[in-house]
Amino acid sequence: PHPRCFQESGSWFLTTTPLVRSVSVDLNNDASLVIDIPDALCERDKVKFTVHTKTTLSSFQKPEFSVPRQHEEFIWLHDTIVETEEYAGLIIPPAPPKPDFEGPREKMHKLGEGESSMTKEEYAKMKQELEAEYLAVFKKTVQVHEVFLQRLSSHPIFRKDRNFQIFLEYDQDLSVRRKNAKEMFGGFFKNMVKSADEVLISGVKEVDEFFEQEKTFLLDYSSKIKDASAKAEKMTRSHKNVADDYNHISGALNSTAADNNTAFKKHLEKYAEVFEKLRKLEDRVASDQELKLTELLRYYTRDIQAAKDLLYRRARALADNENSNKALDKARLKGKDIAQAEENQKQCLQKFDKLSESGKKELTSFKARRVVAFRKNLIEMTELEIKHAKVRRLKCCVYHYMFTRQCSGSHGKPGNMREF
Amino acid sequence: MESPEAARLSAEDISPSSNGPKAEPMLLDDDPDDLFAEATEEVSLDSPERQPILSDGPSPVITPVTPVMISSRADVFDRSPDQDEDEEENRDTFDIQISVSDPEKVGKDVCDSLSLCLQTSLSIFSRDEVCVKRRFSDFLGLHSKLASKYMHMGYIVPPAPEKSIVGMTKVKVGKEDLSSVEFVEKRRSALERYLLRTVKHPALLKDPDVLQFLESSELPRAVSTQALSGAGILRMVNKAADAVNKMTIKMNESDAWFEEKQQQFENLDVQLRKLHASVESLVCHRKELSVNTASFAKSAAMLGNSEDHTALSRALSQLAEVEEKIDQLHQDQACADFYLISELLGDYVRLITAVKGVFDQRMKTWAKCQDAQVMLQRKREAEAKLQHANKPDKLQQAKDEIREWEGKVQQGERDFEQISKNIRREVGRFEKDRVKDFRVVIIKYLESLVHTQQQMIKYWEAFLPEAKAIA
Repeated sequence: PHPRCFQESGSWFLTTTPLVRSVSVDLNNDASLVIDIPDALCERDKVKFTVHTKTTLSSFQKPEFSVPRQHEEFIWLHDTIVETEEYAGLIIPPAPPKPDFEGPREKMHKLGEGESSMTKEEYAKMKQELEAEYLAVFKKTVQVHEVFLQRLSSHPIFRKDRNFQIFLEYDQDLSVRRKNAKEMFGGFFKNMVKSADEVLISGVKEVDEFFEQEKTFLLDYSSKIKDASAKAEKMTRSHKNVADDYNHISGALNSTAADNNTAFKKHLEKYAEVFEKLRKLEDRVASDQELKLTELLRYYTRDIQAAKDLLYRRARALADNENSNKALDKARLKGKDIAQAEENQKQCLQKFDKLSESGKKELTSFKARRVVAFRKNLIEMTELEIKHAKVRRLKCCVYHYMFTRQCSGSHGKPGNMREF
Repeated sequence: MESPEAARLSAEDISPSSNGPKAEPMLLDDDPDDLFAEATEEVSLDSPERQPILSDGPSPVITPVTPVMISSRADVFDRSPDQDEDEEENRDTFDIQISVSDPEKVGKDVCDSLSLCLQTSLSIFSRDEVCVKRRFSDFLGLHSKLASKYMHMGYIVPPAPEKSIVGMTKVKVGKEDLSSVEFVEKRRSALERYLLRTVKHPALLKDPDVLQFLESSELPRAVSTQALSGAGILRMVNKAADAVNKMTIKMNESDAWFEEKQQQFENLDVQLRKLHASVESLVCHRKELSVNTASFAKSAAMLGNSEDHTALSRALSQLAEVEEKIDQLHQDQACADFYLISELLGDYVRLITAVKGVFDQRMKTWAKCQDAQVMLQRKREAEAKLQHANKPDKLQQAKDEIREWEGKVQQGERDFEQISKNIRREVGRFEKDRVKDFRVVIIKYLESLVHTQQQMIKYWEAFLPEAKAIA
């Protein structure tokens, strides 16, 4: 069953096979809870993901089931987990970004508008390109939404989360209302404070060697990976531009051929074909690079941020701990409210210790996860680059042979191919 | 509506496991309507020597030939002894090699004086090999002479390069990179192509001005270059066109061939310009790709430095190195894009202008012929009037003038016939050359692509074990 992307009465439907996504690895090797997104439906602005679960856990009502979920419901799940105090010592899997169909939608609009002025061939071609673009965006967004769920399901603590279970199982609409202005502003404020986090994290006196190293590493790595992700994106964009140019060249060659009635016409048509092939190959290089490299970097930029958030929470707890110590000393000096201060201090210390212990585990497994994911994606990207280069080389060789053979008539002489 | 193409796009990506490329079947026919699908089979059956290339083996043993075209001697039309396929087609041996090199700075112009070397076995030349020095203005001077001598006869005189080398369609993406190195190479290459095109023309090859230009060590100093610049010639051509447009009597085109051809060339002009613009855009974007790849390489290197896992750190640094090398490949490819395809199209856009000029010259000739006929008619009428007046000398003069104008009419008709004949022949030659020129360029372009891909395979195959070594 190949991935397909087709249109039915204004909606776009995508079916995929599993294992398309590989940004994070080893996420589904525990058969007791297996989640994937086998298909998605795009209706105007709304994307409905089919979340499919297979489980042997008794906490679920059925061993296999599917529910439709929209992006907002993923965000709701993410936010409830972030807001759960218990999970302060864990790296919260980053929320998937909103599906961005702006590009293909613009093209769809152009297609609709220009339908009357286009030839049948041009229209069919543009439609085909449009489908490819939709498919590309689909793949990306399914990838990030699926990985989000798989991160949760493969984590010993998150997989037991009640809201997670509801998300997977509840077959009605979760009725997640859109954040109102106040909540959105609150979120904005939270993000503003994030830059203050950096100061807090770097400012706090660290006693633990491990966390000191992690802090230094994460702060530096975070800016580097963000930059690499942005540069990779620009590189991918350039590939797409080159593919676009090949497309225009091919079209222009065909137009020139159409008006021509000499021997030149056939040649122009062949050349148009060459550039069309080049375009397709360039497109594939671009989209593979995007999926394996750019998306990888984007994802881990978000994941690094989640790790930093953990450090922040721990730093906060450390600060609270220190404050509670000071408060206890003060209370002892004053001779007032000592018991309360003692209790407070005990709790702060407990919280801090818990965060540190769990944080250490999380950050260690995070590194392992990151390394494995990079390895897998770099290998796959490299293999695809090699494959595409070989296909391109082969196709160019074939065309070269055809064109040089034309010169020599029926002799079948290889011509300049000798030097290859 | 399903899109099999889009579907298979992802099917290819999803290798069932992360096996090496050897495990995957080579997808030769992923297009159901691939016109060359049959040819692909032919290739593997008929030409056993090609097997090593097609096989999906380890790192290619084939050491790529030095970048075929984009050294400083980009001889698009170079007929090296290896390229016998053209000779076979031509029958007539065209053994002449011209190279333009050693650009020298004179005054403000960074590329004003050049060496021109000629190698030939043709007997019209006095020596087999000769090298001379020429100024840019000399080239313009040569063209101006040829244009004035031959254009009115209907010969398509190849246009000389412009003084300023700016993209004809002025597509600007990012900063216009006119470093003097690029400028010099562009001009050198353009002059070389100009000369080759000129000598390919059988009549121009025999022209004494051309021979002198190619052979003699000293040239008479050219007249002011302003009038001789490419733009100047263009103005001259446009003036002819204006003259035609202002013709009050529309030419009675009895020859459908000319009407059709003129329309074709009008269309071709528009289309080639559009095509040229697309190719210029490709060159720009390819250069951008190179810049962005280099930028990513630096960023990946920094990321590698920051990475605290040793093996991953090393792999990222290696990735950065690969991307740097690939950046260089993109630059090379951009050169190929430009010097092969973009310049070819630019040349042809200018050539079409010359072709259109020649059609206009024919119209001018026809107009002249018409004018002569009108004049003859007037003279005859005048003579008729004088028949009845009793002025014997004036009558004789009128009779003389009639004879004179009869002669002119005859000459005009002969000229018109001649230029029509010449144009037919020229257009035929142009159309034949056009097919050849484009094919040669496409072949070289494909070679450049094959070379680039070869290198890319090499680089990525070297990187693969590094990626796999991440533990």
